[in-house]
Amino acid sequence: MDIIKGYAYILEDDISTDDIVPSHTLTMRDSNDMVKHTLEFIDPYFSKNVDKGNIIIAGENFGTGSSREEAVHVFKLLGIKAVVARSFARIYFRNLMNNGIPAISLKWDLNQFVKEDVIEISLLKGIIINKTKNITLNFEKIPKFLMNILESDGVINQLKKIL
Amino acid sequence: MSYTLAEKILKTHSNVDEISPGQFVEAVIDLIMVHEQLGGRIHLEYKKLGLDTVWDPNKIFFILDHWVPAPTISAAQMHQDCRKFAEEYGFIHNMGMDKGICHQVLPEMGFARPGMLIVGSDSHTTTYGTFNCLSTGIGATDVSVVFATGKLWFKVPESIKINLHGHFEKGTMAKDFILSLIGDISTKGAIYKSLEFHGDGVKNLTIDSRMTITNMVVEAGAKFGIFLPDDRLKEWLAKRTSKQYRNVVPDETAEYQRELIYDLSEITPTVAKPSNPGNIAKVEEVEGTEINQAFLGGCTNGRMEDLRIAAKILEGKKIHPKVRMIVTPASKEIYLQALKEGLLEIFLRANAIVTNSTCGACIGGHLGVLGPNEVCISSTNRNFKGRMGDPTSEVYLASPATVTASAIKGSIRDPRGLI
Repeated sequence: MDIIKGYAYILEDDISTDDIVPSHTLTMRDSNDMVKHTLEFIDPYFSKNVDKGNIIIAGENFGTGSSREEAVHVFKLLGIKAVVARSFARIYFRNLMNNGIPAISLKWDLNQFVKEDVIEISLLKGIIINKTKNITLNFEKIPKFLMNILESDGVINQLKKIL
Repeated sequence: MSYTLAEKILKTHSNVDEISPGQFVEAVIDLIMVHEQLGGRIHLEYKKLGLDTVWDPNKIFFILDHWVPAPTISAAQMHQDCRKFAEEYGFIHNMGMDKGICHQVLPEMGFARPGMLIVGSDSHTTTYGTFNCLSTGIGATDVSVVFATGKLWFKVPESIKINLHGHFEKGTMAKDFILSLIGDISTKGAIYKSLEFHGDGVKNLTIDSRMTITNMVVEAGAKFGIFLPDDRLKEWLAKRTSKQYRNVVPDETAEYQRELIYDLSEITPTVAKPSNPGNIAKVEEVEGTEINQAFLGGCTNGRMEDLRIAAKILEGKKIHPKVRMIVTPASKEIYLQALKEGLLEIFLRANAIVTNSTCGACIGGHLGVLGPNEVCISSTNRNFKGRMGDPTSEVYLASPATVTASAIKGSIRDPRGLI
């Protein structure tokens, strides 16, 4: 896993797991049923238009709140390719990586990304390119052991190989 | 080398000679707590690994608490999934649904002791830091990893030292302190960090109060919140466990990312306004805000200290006719004690509704869900949009004293003067 291509979807600071999967959906036993509710209080069309916004570019403290891993499962099912944030809530960070979605920490600012900008990321080089704006930004490379988890498309697949 | 509490405990659980912030370690887990929110999903994930057993069925604390008793068919099915999981793998500490909320029941039963490393499938697992152990929340996949291997990777956090002095004035509680702290450092202020509580003010804090504080450190982003051991803790543990434990204290020359000092006597009633726990205000700034519901309970503030202060304020009074007050004790043990002390009668005579022990209202699940545009003052820990019900409803987080004073008045009010 190295190059990731997609379109930017911009979110502000403090997006919580309650925002991503609202409480009223939590007793749905199948994450597939939750998908259409993803971020519904912020953008009711998010799940419909996800192909034009499959790389999340978010502010500080992304994924704050509960352990509910459904908040990552719905992203996985929707085909979100990576989440870039100024900072992550730690449980959400782990849940993303554990499910094979790269979590990239980057101090970006509002004039660098706009919704639907064409994005290309190289995980190995630690760069994110906004092709629409012709901007290249560097981020701290993901540690080797986490890259291994991403390469396996999640920690369960990785564990299966070892056990 | 000198170490903070987080560094010390992570070091004793990892096979490393030295430890410092930023380092990744693989640590041995002493105990893992799982409830029904992720139980069924963990079962599905775990099955993918093709294992017939878990690493240690004696180190798993399994409980149903979020939707108990089941309010819907789908919740009942979640419980069925969980029971099947527990039976299939022979979890020894399978608590069922009658004991109460995980973060209260687990310490009550003596499962959280000094020096331990505990994880749980719930972000408020940080609560157990009151008991001088490291504890934090993880997701379903991480739980599967622990179930299979008994280990988990951790990034060693930097620590923030918080020195507490003095004691609370009447009408002010631990909730007011932790809300003030979150306001001061922000909801991002402790991301990936461990908050360590020091100072001569700690001895003035009951175990109940400390649990309110460690419960909500995660609202400042913290990975751990941990208290130093003292006589109060020793006394508490003596009643709960006969197991041996070793207290952990940080080295005097340990390095902290920052230090903060609080005089508890300067803390005043504080609220978090909608819709973020970091949206902090003094109670006087929001006084007069009309409310539809007052909620007292949950893992943040459903303990004896909380119920006693509420009963003291409510005794001989009625809640405002336009307000519904819901009281949810944090555990069956607390429910029984409150019954014995006559507190439940005071609540019922004041026209409050007393429920069984559950996370129900706090997560907008059941037993107190908010309708469109309703306003609730709540002793819980989160007030995100839609957290307790309809997305247009609003939640103010406050202390049990402020919640109760507001329930009587029908609008938010300062509890000082009523106690």
